[in-house]
Amino acid sequence: MPGIKLSEKTIGIIQQVCSDFRNEGSELINVLHQTQGKLGYLPAEVQEVIAKELNISVAKVYGVVTFYSFFTMIPMGEHPISICMGTACYVRGSEQVLAEFKRQLSIEVGQSTPDNKFSLNCLRCVGACGLAPVVMVGDRVYGRVSPQMVKNIISEYKEGCVSEAKSA
Amino acid sequence: MEMINLTIDHKPVVVRKGTTVLKAASSIGIDIPTLCYMKLDDMNIENKPGGCRVCVVEVKGRKNLAPACCTEATEGMEISTHTIRVVNARRTVVELILSDHPADCLICAKSGNCELQDMAHHLGIRQIHYEGEKSMYREDTSPAIIRDINKCIMCRRCETMCNDVQTVGVLSAINRGFNAVVAPAFEMNLDHSVCTYCGQCVAVCPTGALTEVDQTGAVIRALSDPMKTVIVQTAPAVRAALGEEFGMPAGTLVTGKMVAALRRLGFDYVFDTDFAADLTILEEGTELLNRLSAYIAGDQNVKLPILTSCCPAWVKFFEHSFPELKDIPSTARSPQQMFGSIAKTYFADKIKVKRENLVVVSIMPCLAKKYESSRPEFAVNGNPDVDYALTTRELAHLINLGNIEFKSLPNEEFDAPLGESTGAGVIFGTTGGVIEAAVRTAYELFTGKPLPRVDFEELRGMDGLRKATIDFNGTPINIGIAHGLGNARKLLEDIQAGNSEFHAIEIMSCPGGCIGGGGQPYHHGNAEILKKRQKAIYSEDKNKTLRKSHENPYIKKLYEEFLGAPMSEKAHHLLHTKYFDRS
Repeated sequence: MPGIKLSEKTIGIIQQVCSDFRNEGSELINVLHQTQGKLGYLPAEVQEVIAKELNISVAKVYGVVTFYSFFTMIPMGEHPISICMGTACYVRGSEQVLAEFKRQLSIEVGQSTPDNKFSLNCLRCVGACGLAPVVMVGDRVYGRVSPQMVKNIISEYKEGCVSEAKSA
Repeated sequence: MEMINLTIDHKPVVVRKGTTVLKAASSIGIDIPTLCYMKLDDMNIENKPGGCRVCVVEVKGRKNLAPACCTEATEGMEISTHTIRVVNARRTVVELILSDHPADCLICAKSGNCELQDMAHHLGIRQIHYEGEKSMYREDTSPAIIRDINKCIMCRRCETMCNDVQTVGVLSAINRGFNAVVAPAFEMNLDHSVCTYCGQCVAVCPTGALTEVDQTGAVIRALSDPMKTVIVQTAPAVRAALGEEFGMPAGTLVTGKMVAALRRLGFDYVFDTDFAADLTILEEGTELLNRLSAYIAGDQNVKLPILTSCCPAWVKFFEHSFPELKDIPSTARSPQQMFGSIAKTYFADKIKVKRENLVVVSIMPCLAKKYESSRPEFAVNGNPDVDYALTTRELAHLINLGNIEFKSLPNEEFDAPLGESTGAGVIFGTTGGVIEAAVRTAYELFTGKPLPRVDFEELRGMDGLRKATIDFNGTPINIGIAHGLGNARKLLEDIQAGNSEFHAIEIMSCPGGCIGGGGQPYHHGNAEILKKRQKAIYSEDKNKTLRKSHENPYIKKLYEEFLGAPMSEKAHHLLHTKYFDRS
């Protein structure tokens, strides 16, 4: 296992999340969700702390982390970009949108840009099929995205309009 | 209790509410084929993920076929178990499983004992109509268990054993869809995980995905080396199960035939681990008495309860999960390791063979014994006390290889001096046996009086957790027994919390004790087999002239000639060990 040592502070954050859910094993998905929200990703060491706190096996935690594509074990960029590959988005051209993101950012799915500003992922349906194809950047949803729009979306975040992104 | 009426293949059946269609069918003798499903009755273990879909049946009025193992019977249901539609669906399901399965049955370790192979045969599958992606995982080899995940059919039985029964939690389903596999966390190798090598996953795996590390080749090489003297020890539980491999009924004792077979295979001396079990009792029993006497004398620092330490999977379990309790178990080595240690010192000197030219093979019902024999503290200058630990199944394989007709072999006796044992050594093979053997000796040493009775029925049985109080001539001694690591965990948590009422606890990792070990002939889910093996063990004990370890004349001689006394410095050096924090 690639060893990173968690700081006391990080361990404290994880323990707090677990205790918010009464350290119950049945709350594993919620705990993982919140922890990823706070830390950005779920490396092995974080999963080990969660397993210990919830008194379940680390294999079980890893099983859930690898089952849901939402969870990631590698750090996401400051602005995680997700392209919907659900049926509706796919038939309306999300593959071409994804290809354009890959080209513009020079990264593959599952990777982050060297400056850690952007990371690229696919997801399956955000429940906004009427807006297909859909792209999410952070919490913000972009609908009816065409490959031509990709450059503008990226530049919104490059120019530092972070506040807008967060408020959305 | 609400009762449900339904018909299965036009036969009416009445079952309790909550009964599955599978159970309802079997209650009237209708056999619905299953693959992932597993039920071990006495242990309260049921695995029914409904994953394989081999058990599908037709339910009148429902559009889709239903999996019988996890469909509850309801009032008025009309079930058909073998219509053309059902059989075709079953064939399709098995063909699809086979389409992502290596077709290497000819050389698979599980060939002839594989439930998937049997199912394909049963359904008459002669062609696989589906071609698609094949899983390509690397093989994971550990000191005891090999994982070949390409042969996994995701029945999840191993997961049930590892998590629900043993509470070890090494194995879990990871990833999803086609990429889903059962693996340790972070897909690490087993030997980096907290795996105890109990082998219960191997015992229930329907295919060749989980098998033991095969050491028969190495043993054959040693047997054919003229420089080597090769000796063998056989664990108590092996004699109560080996016959099953040759078509004998479960519970047939084959001690004499086993000895004869080992001699014909070319072992120079055929010895008995039961001898070392007697030795274990003298060491462990003395340790128990020392601690008890100190406790009764008012010593507050004495560590009680004392826990048995014969089971290597259990040892690894507490080293990982309860390292703060590592001073509590007896420091006595297991019988396998005591045997190896005595064989390569006392016995090697006696027959004037150098340590490096003496090969010690053990026949064990166990996979963890392979791991135990490889622990570095059980070697001298890199030469292990026990060179190879074969399972009961591997021994059967060697016997077949040697073209020995097992059933018609005469009964032969073990060799002296390491082959002589008492009934106390024999019962090590079943849950409750080690502590009963210890009580037989400890009672007499403690009270100085002969036992009023040798059989302690109160310590016997198959319940996962048992307790009994034995009257040591006015001093009540509380004894706990656990088999299955999940049950052991409960007792350990009590000790941790300071709530343990026990003076001594016996722990065996496998359900049933060694008779249900991971290296025994496959029981294929039939828990009755374990009970029959247990009965066989107690009957061998009953038929022995000597039934208390301290009465074994060769043990007495060993102490007189070599060791001095139990817990002496020499005994400590050769027969005791220490434990490590592996958390």
